[in-house]
Amino acid sequence: MNLLMIAISSSLISNVVLSRFLGICPFIGVSNKKKTATGMGLAVVFVIFLSNLLTFTINYFFLEETGLFNKDLRYLQTIVFILVIASLVQFVEMFLKKFIKSLYDALGVYLPLITTNCAVLGVALTVAQESYSLIEGVVYSLGTSIGFLISIVLLASIREKIEENDIPESFKGKPIVLVIAGLMSIAFFGFSGLNIG
Amino acid sequence: MILNILITVLLLAILGLILGIFLGFVSEKFKVHIDEKELKIRECLPGNNCGGCGYPGCDGLAKAISLGEAEVDACPVGGESVAKKIALVLGVEKQLANRKVAFVHCLGGCDKTKKVYNYFGLRDCLSISTIPNKGEKGCTYACMGYGSCVKVCKFDAIHIIEGKAFVDKEKCTGCSACVRICPMNVIKLVDYNKKHIVACSSKNKGVVTNKVCTVGCIACKMCEKTCKVDGISVNDYLATMNEKCIDCGDCALKCPRKTIT
Repeated sequence: MNLLMIAISSSLISNVVLSRFLGICPFIGVSNKKKTATGMGLAVVFVIFLSNLLTFTINYFFLEETGLFNKDLRYLQTIVFILVIASLVQFVEMFLKKFIKSLYDALGVYLPLITTNCAVLGVALTVAQESYSLIEGVVYSLGTSIGFLISIVLLASIREKIEENDIPESFKGKPIVLVIAGLMSIAFFGFSGLNIG
Repeated sequence: MILNILITVLLLAILGLILGIFLGFVSEKFKVHIDEKELKIRECLPGNNCGGCGYPGCDGLAKAISLGEAEVDACPVGGESVAKKIALVLGVEKQLANRKVAFVHCLGGCDKTKKVYNYFGLRDCLSISTIPNKGEKGCTYACMGYGSCVKVCKFDAIHIIEGKAFVDKEKCTGCSACVRICPMNVIKLVDYNKKHIVACSSKNKGVVTNKVCTVGCIACKMCEKTCKVDGISVNDYLATMNEKCIDCGDCALKCPRKTIT
């Protein structure tokens, strides 16, 4: 039940983009078309999941007081996580290029883009600060990234719809996207009324 | 305090070192062998990724050419100069095809074709082509002038002027993006050097065309009679040039509607 709650709250109630305002950059930048938005969203799911596993291990074995150094090194979380996530993404990119060419072609462009995305780092830090267990962390990371996928695909769908509309000159381009994002954010606040368990 | 700083610096330095060595090792180990020829061909290509060649972007075409699946002149955008460069890379001689450009086979701008109703809605040809009469212009074969072709053109070569699309011959690269998107099929590729073209697509009877448009082909067959080489004929109420045409321009002079440009 607790896991279900984490999943729902991370994906819908406190949606990573629309109510915590993390990862706005790809949200606005790569949502022109549904296809690219889906690619980006899937890449985020992939990276958040992998990086969360890695940062959890590092946090557990090295940075926590119970870890290898017997010292509370949690103040190093942010910088260590950035380093580790960036290298992980680099590694994953090379790995995919060599062994899974089709997946590389699908995600290729988006992987480096999300190397230091704040949504990725945000998940790693939240998992560490809330001291989630491994399973909880996995569910949380999947929930958050799927929340990102949902919102970016929704935005891309709306943007495709309004592309042919007569938008006032001053709203053309990014402004109208920000307005849409704001309205979506308000809509997503409706989920905070959800009462689980 | 000093200890904290020391630990931080040391830990990060060690971590950085480990990760750096690891990544360097992996990049060496996982090196993907890319064909040198493919890279060189890719450099010759324009890099707009327009898809005019039918392959997924310039990378796709470079791969196909290097594998011999595509001809050296498969890039319609680069044309002769690019084909020559690629031929040089591959070391083959290649007879080059003529340069092709897009041409809008319709002359019916706002002042020439009557409007039968006023349209307020999505400003996009693809949507408008589904409504009755295919847009506000009286002619059901006319260029609608809402610029779906302008949106897909990556070379700024097509524009809507007075309610009708015009192709800038010099800028057009013949990638066919507009040809594919146009729901009315009024845009077709023609030879760059061809001067005289039937600029109408209307297959309506002459009477109908005459009512709604001042420049449409009314199938009077004047061109057919004028032509000395049998290079133009009227089928389905529309004059069409065939390969016998020598581009002399006699028909254009005789055409009472000035449909042949």
